[in-house]
This record gives sequence, structure tokens and C-alpha cells, in this order.
Amino acid sequence: MKSFDFVQPRTVAEALAAWGPGAVWLGGGTSLIDLMKLGVAQPDVVIDLGRVAGMRSVDVQGDGAVRIGALVSNADLTRDAAFAARFPMVAEALLSGASGQLRNAATVAGNLMQHTRCAYFQDAGAACNRRDPGAGCDAQGGVGGGVAVLGASPACIAVNPSDFCVPLAALDAVVEVQGPEGGREIAMADFHLLPGDTPDRVTALAPGELIVALRLPAGADGFAGHSRYLKVRDRTSFAFATASAAAGLRMEHGRIAEARLALGAVAAKPWRVAEAEAVLIGQTPDADLFDRAATIAMAGAEPGDDLAWKIDLARKTAVRALCLAAAGTPARMPALPASVFAEPAGEKVHA
Amino acid sequence: MPDTLAQPMRFGSSSGQPVTRRDGIAKVTGDADYAADHSPSGMLHAVYAPAAIARGRVTAMNTVAAEAHPGVVRVITPANRPALQGDPADKSVMFTFRIEVLQDDTVRYAGQPVALVLAETLEAATEGARLLDPQYAVEVPRVTLADAESEPVAGQGFGQPADTTHGDVDAGHAAAARSVDVTYTTAAQYHNAMEPHAIVAQWEGDHLSLDVPTQAFALSCAGYARYFGIPAENVTIRCPYLGGGFGSKAIPAGPLVLAVLAARDVGRPVKLALTRKQMFGPVGHRGATEQRLRIGADGEGRLSVIDHDNVAETSTFDDFVEPAANASQGLYAAGALRSRHRAVRLDVGTPGPMRAPGEASGSAALECAMDELAEASGIDPLEFRLRNYAETEPGTGRPYSSKALRDCYLQGAERFGWSGRPSAPGTMRDASGLLTGWGMGTALFPAPMFAAQARATLKADGTALVETSAADMGQGAWTALAQIAADSLGLPLDAVEFRAGHSSLPDGGVAGGSGHTATAGGALHAAGLDVVRQLGEIAAADPESPLHGAGNAQFVARDGRLFVEGDEGRSDALADILVRAGGAPLTGTGRGARAPEAAAAHAMYSHGAVFAEVKVDPDLGQIRVSRLVGAFAAGRIINPKLAESQLFGGMIWGVSFALHEEAKFDRRTGRIMNADFAGYHVPVNADVPGLEVIMVHEDDPHVNPLGVKGVGEIGIVGTVGAIGNAIRHATGRRVRRFPIRIEGMLG
Repeated sequence: MKSFDFVQPRTVAEALAAWGPGAVWLGGGTSLIDLMKLGVAQPDVVIDLGRVAGMRSVDVQGDGAVRIGALVSNADLTRDAAFAARFPMVAEALLSGASGQLRNAATVAGNLMQHTRCAYFQDAGAACNRRDPGAGCDAQGGVGGGVAVLGASPACIAVNPSDFCVPLAALDAVVEVQGPEGGREIAMADFHLLPGDTPDRVTALAPGELIVALRLPAGADGFAGHSRYLKVRDRTSFAFATASAAAGLRMEHGRIAEARLALGAVAAKPWRVAEAEAVLIGQTPDADLFDRAATIAMAGAEPGDDLAWKIDLARKTAVRALCLAAAGTPARMPALPASVFAEPAGEKVHA
Repeated sequence: MPDTLAQPMRFGSSSGQPVTRRDGIAKVTGDADYAADHSPSGMLHAVYAPAAIARGRVTAMNTVAAEAHPGVVRVITPANRPALQGDPADKSVMFTFRIEVLQDDTVRYAGQPVALVLAETLEAATEGARLLDPQYAVEVPRVTLADAESEPVAGQGFGQPADTTHGDVDAGHAAAARSVDVTYTTAAQYHNAMEPHAIVAQWEGDHLSLDVPTQAFALSCAGYARYFGIPAENVTIRCPYLGGGFGSKAIPAGPLVLAVLAARDVGRPVKLALTRKQMFGPVGHRGATEQRLRIGADGEGRLSVIDHDNVAETSTFDDFVEPAANASQGLYAAGALRSRHRAVRLDVGTPGPMRAPGEASGSAALECAMDELAEASGIDPLEFRLRNYAETEPGTGRPYSSKALRDCYLQGAERFGWSGRPSAPGTMRDASGLLTGWGMGTALFPAPMFAAQARATLKADGTALVETSAADMGQGAWTALAQIAADSLGLPLDAVEFRAGHSSLPDGGVAGGSGHTATAGGALHAAGLDVVRQLGEIAAADPESPLHGAGNAQFVARDGRLFVEGDEGRSDALADILVRAGGAPLTGTGRGARAPEAAAAHAMYSHGAVFAEVKVDPDLGQIRVSRLVGAFAAGRIINPKLAESQLFGGMIWGVSFALHEEAKFDRRTGRIMNADFAGYHVPVNADVPGLEVIMVHEDDPHVNPLGVKGVGEIGIVGTVGAIGNAIRHATGRRVRRFPIRIEGMLG
């Protein structure tokens, strides 16, 4: 791979000072290192955040919000039982992603920053507007699979591969950022960008900005009793989603008081549609109702060359996730988290 | 010659025992050294630049930039490639393919080496190769079976299957009361052993020393010798461990030969290890097939014809054609049998033998077609197969050397619970509401032998050294072969030192074709018996031995002692005989091979029956094989623990074939777009939650003195069809394209 400088700051301030054009942040490296080996990422400077202090804790704040340090590993977060109890769909999504080894290395902020697994983005010999603006998009008419059916543009049809981001979007998570201009917060819904004419701009981060924490706002744990993440894929583990959905319901007297629904693997960002959630409010849960919501969520989906089945699958995945959420969060995390083949749900927390 | 070999024979205390793998701890602690673990002093790293197009010509490369990169020592392109003494197209060594070693600027497949960079570090060599940035004159590539016309198979060599017809095929079709005419396709698959191909090459004068994984020491030595114009005995190969080969590591591959050439050119040791991505191209694969099966049965469900046509890919520069249609030979008692093959020349690396070549792909189609005909005939799939059970080899009429297939069917069905299977598809649901289906398939694989030699040396301390170059591919040869050797000498396993994995040892033959235990084990067994025979002569001539005077008797060794066969009262300790004779070690030699007349007299196969249960989500289409029961009869099982692992591995590969593996070619560029393990899927543990193997007892008096067949490949064979049939039973959908995916279950 291309030679690069390697720096290891000890504080956020040092990290920010080390940044310049051509620099990249290194978290767990599970996405970046692969891309460097492939010649897709060719940074001049790699800023290893592994020694930066103060970004490895999960804290409950005064108002009940939960703040997750950027360098908390995916594995550590899934092992935090108190966190899983409050945000089961987040824990389930994390556990359904990658493998145990990768979750040990990967950080939560890195999960937000991971690149698309579009085969043409990863192939340095292919045309890709995301890598090389104006080069074209060989994924169109290609064989990569896993392409967007929502929010795509003529310039790019890549999907965001993250599981974790889907429930984060559903729960209105907030991304805390520090940069050359100081700190700011970005709503999860605004963090990942649709490709439009600038597919090389993948997130809302400005150059030199660094994620320092994620925050689940106060009240986001109100869905804990009816909260699921479902991930459909050809392989039962260690595979990206073909379709996924995070569903959360807050129930009052048998009726849906509040609803959240986000879909994964269909677009360049987790897909959340306010109208799909609104249609559920005040209703009693049933499959037809959920089908109406899922249909609204998938409105405008483009089947492209041959993806009608994927639109159908994404809709049905959303319906199933809502049904599972309505049935109640399992008291124990299924042995196969988020899987179609999880054992029968068994004892519920609030059913 | 006698009709049967000496029987029955008990093989001491080791054979038949589930001995734990002797190399296991070394492997899990990292002590086991694989080829790429070696780094001799002064070594350079070699990295090749792979072609980014599949068809055309390299018009330019930036060698200046590559050579200027710090650490780069040399850049080798077709323009300056050192001479190779042998012809890259030479195929005089068995199993050899034409290799790509920078002989010209033509690009024949994506991933073909177009230049080699040598550098002081792996990083520098990698970056040097990237900086070459080859430019191409591109031609339209042909990478799928639809991209070119098919043609007859070129010749009659290795990988060029002949057409075979038994009986009157037209009459068979005419006689059918019910028939199916169906076409199945299978995807291109790539071996992808856990250990990628790697080599460390060192020259001393005209002697070549190699650390390289090989399934066949002698053939590999002969191959390298031919390319470099040196005698085969000048080539030394060390390969104590091999991280999987599956047919792709029998003979020198092009990139490895390039590394050897580079080492000679620069006068320093050179290491080259393929990346995972580079495994998709120059080192063989299982070619895609399109198979048409026309099979018919009479009103009683007896097959009148199996007519199997296969169209498979090969490369533009060699001729290996997947012999898939041959899977229909040898199995079912059809009145007429026909297997035909045609080839489509594509801009891909040459396909080659990959675990269960022919049978894996051919059986996938045949077993599904059999179920389609069973269903059309209204007969249970197992009953349909039993009704067409062949008592002698169909077509030839030869007797089977042994065939416990009926027991496989019955024991497997019993264990699986097959009798409770509803005949109508789409009628079973589990407690979670998942569609549930049961399917089965028959497994068949030839029981060949290659030729091997071995040496056994008994020492006066009562221990022995046994030697053969035999490769351990990870299947457990280190253990199973030592068990055979120990029993042949009548010694406990701990008293036997087994040496293997080095070309200076007696030729252990080929670890392939499911014939390794039979062949190398046969040689070890014969070497041990040679020692026993010599020891008997010494004892019989020794007045101090209790065996004195038993000169005409047969001797047997057991528990460290020598007995006169049939006379338990007379024995002598092996060590004592040697000590009295002066204490010098006693060496015997042996050969493992099958006499041609024995091979001709019988049809020799391993058999099995695989039963599969699948679950399919009725809405979401996700498929999982929840249970697999395989019952196999493969002659004598030397080590049931290792054999079970081999069969598990085969069955898991069957899951992989049925549901996962597929190289996805971009037809515009000819590149494989999923050339890594994130994109090219094989099953994970969560995909195989219920595996069970039954080893059905089988005595075979004909295959070889040990009665050993083989278990290396047969596990895949019935499994693929069983899964396809179970999916049909679960869902009512018959998918005729492998692998079967979610999208095939929707819409």
C-alpha cells in the first residue's frame, strides 16, 4: 500500500491539530485498513485515535440521555447489560453485525463512518463517483447486489451497510462532533447524506471534524418493551443485510402511543419516513396496519433493472419487525440476534 | 489371481480407533509451520500485478515508477522476463495445466499475472505492483456460458471427459411412461483453501529448495524440474502441513513458478503468497455448468433412461471441462445411460478439479431431476431410488467391489425420520411458522488408488520409523497413516515415529481423488508387512527364538510381538529378535497401488445417502439447512473421528454449493466482483446447526488389502441435491439454478 505518516495523539485537541488534507481518522480500522489494502483509500496521514483519552465510557446523563464515547467498542457496548435493557434494538443490531472478532476491534463512531460495501467502490479498477467524482458508476448494470432502491441518484446507487445506524436513526440519536470550528451536534437523520450530485460527500461531517460521542436522547428508552431489529440475509451470520428494519413501539392501554421504524440496506442512509410512523399512532397493532405503514415507508422505491423482489422483501421485513416489536421484546437476547431463525420468542418483558 | 484378497484381517489396535489428530495442538498453538511462515535471510518479497481486464493486451506499464519506489529491487514483465527452460504449455506431468508466466503480453483472464515486482518488504512490493498501472487494449470478454458457442470437448486427456453411452437411449426414451426434461445450472466456484497458495524458493546452483503447499510431492518436483531444466531429484519440497488444497495444489501454478524464476534471476530467496483476491483466477476453480437431464421411467417407476448433457466452461488456452454428466454413470439401474459433454471457451483461468470434480455438480442436477421424476410418478423419493437400485454397475454389468448403499438409505432414513414425510410439498410448518421441507440425495464417489511408496524401519528398542512423503491437507493424514503403519508393524501408535511432508521421503503419491489413505496407507502397510516378513525369517533361523524353525509359516505382528499365524502359543518380542540379530535396524519397503486387472474386474465406489431438512421463512425467503443426516459406506474406516470430520466438511460444502458459493462476473470487464470472503460466501457455524454422520459398516475384499475406500469428497455429492429437493418440499418451488438464494424464494 501507499506509504503514509502515522500519528498517535493523546487528546482530542491534539487529534484535531494533527488533521490536514489527506489525513484520515483511524478507529478500529475494520473498514479503513481493508480499503487501504485494496488501494481504495490512500491517505497521506493516518491519525490513530486509539490513545485518545476520555472517549471509552457509556454514561447516563442527568436528563436520562445516554452518551456513548466514540471509541467504545461495538463488543463492549453489546456487553453492557444496562444499555441493552434500555435500548434492546440497538444491542440486537450490533450483535447481528460482523463477527465477534470484528466487534472487538470496531468502534461505535467507526461504525457510523464505515464505507459502503458496494463492490465497485471497493474495486479500484472500476468507475465510481463516490471515490472519484465524475468518473461514472459501474455499479449500475453491474453484479454487486446490495444496491439502493430508495434515495439513489444517477451518480450513485450504494447503500449504507451499517446495522447499528438503523436503530440509532429510529431512536433519534445525536452525533456529537468536535472540529476546527468548535463543537456541534448532528441529528442521526441528517448525518448520512443521500448521493444526489455529490456522492463523494457521504456524511455531514466537515473536513477535520471528529465524532467524539453518540447520544441517545432522554425518552428513547420508552420503546424498550416493544423493540426489535430484524436482519434478512442469505447467510445466517457474518453477512451484510439484504434487508433490515428496526421497529419500536410505545404502547399505552393496548394502543400504539408512539412508533419508530427505520429500514436498513435500502439506501445510502437508514430510511425513516415520518408518515409511516404517524399512521400507527392510536391504533391497535395488527399485520394489516403494519403493512400499510411499511408500504408508506417504501413509497417511491425504484426497482431498477431487477430489484422488485428487494422492494417486496424490505416491505415484508419492516412488517415482520413491527409484528415482533408488537409481540414484545424478548426477556433474553436471542441466540441468533436479529435473525429470522431466532428461536421462538418466548418470555416477553412487557407483553 | 484369487477372486478376493486375504480376508478377514484385523488391523491391530490402532485402526478403527477415533485417535485425536496428532498435529492438532501444533496447529492451534501456531507451532505448525506453513510455507509462507518461512523467511530465509536475504529473502525478497514478490507481488504480481493482476490483469484488470479479461481479454486483450497489455499496452503499457509504468515500470519506471515501480522501480523508483523505495525498496523495489526488480520488476519483471514479458519484455524482460528471464528464460524458462520448460514450455509453459507442457503437460507431460500428470494433472498439469498450461501456466501463465509472463510469456507474452496477451491477457487471457482477469487476475492473470502481467508483471512481477520484487522488493525488500511486502509493502514495497505491493505498492510497486500497484504503481505499474497497466494500460490495456481491451477486447469484449466472454465470462459466462451464454457468452460463447459450445464446442465438442477437445481431446481425451485429463479433464477432457469422453461421452459414454450404455444401452439404447432412443428406446429408453420411447419406453418411458413418465419423463422429465429439465435444465439445471451451477455457478463457478473457487477453491479458496484457508491457506492461499504460497511459495518460498531458494536456489543453490542448480538445486532448488521450496517451501510450498503441495498435494503431490513427486509430481510437483517433476513439474518444477521440467520448467527449470533440472533433474527432478534436484528439487526439494518441504510441506509438513497444507492448509487445504481441494484439488488446487497438486501441481505448480503459474504465479508460484514465476517466484521460482525470479529467485533464480536475482540470486536470492523469494517469497510469494497470493492474496485472497488473487485466489480467484490463476489457481483453478470449479467451472460453471448447464446440465440438461432427460430421464424417463416406466409405469412401475423403473428408469428406462438417464440422458445427461453437460455444457461446461473451459479457458481459451486449456481444456479442463467439468465432467458433470459422468455423475449419471455407475449409480442407478436405468435401461439406457448417456453422458455427454460440451465446452464453452471463456476468458477465465482454466478450471480444474475441485473437491468432488464431476460428481458434485453432476449429482446436484441428477438428484434433483430424480426427485422431479419421482414426484411426477407419484413415488416417494427414497422408494424411487430403491426401485432403481443397481445390483451391478449399470451399463457395464461389473460387480461392485462392495456396495452397502441400501444400508445407507435405510439407516439414514431411520435416523432422520424419513417415514414421516408428507408427500405433498409446502405442507410442513414448524412451531415458529417456518416452512419445513425434507429432501434426500444419493452420494457416489469413485474409490481410486494412485501409486505410493513407503519405508518402515524397526529399531532394536522396539520402536519404528515409518516414512512416506504423503501430504497432510488438514484431513488428518498425520494421524490416520500413522495408525495404519503402527498396526502393520504390530506396535502401539506411540512406538511409531511417522515422517511425512518432505520430498526426500519415499513418494507418498497424491493426496487427492479420495484415494490418499488407501494409497499411501497401502504403501505403509506393505512396508510394515515387509519388515514382519524379514523379521520372521530372522526369528525362524535363530535357535534362541521360540519361533525357530517356523520358516515356512506366515508371521503376524501384534502388541510388539511376532506370532506364527494360527498358533498363539509361539511368539517372540520384535525387539528381542532384532537385538539377538545384532541390533541393527531392519528396514522394509512397500508399495501402494491397485493392479490393473483388479481395477477392471470390479466397479469400485464409496456410497452414501444424505437427508436434509430445510426451513424457509414464508414471507422473507431466507433459507437455512436445519438438519443434515449423511450415512456413508466407504469400506474400512481407519479413524472414525477424522472420517466424520471429513464427511462433515463435505456436507458443509454441500450446503455451500447449494446456497452460497458463486463467483459473480461482471460481463463488461470480465472481473469477478465478489473476490473476497465478504462477498464470496461459504457457510458459517450458524448455517449448519444440525450435522450428523453415520458410518455404515462395509467390508470390501477387492479395493485393496486394507479394504479402504475414501471419504474425502463424497460428503458433498448427495448433499446438494438433497437440499434442493428439501427446498422444493418446503415451498413447492423447484429452483433449477444453484446457488439458491432469497430472491429465488420471493415473487
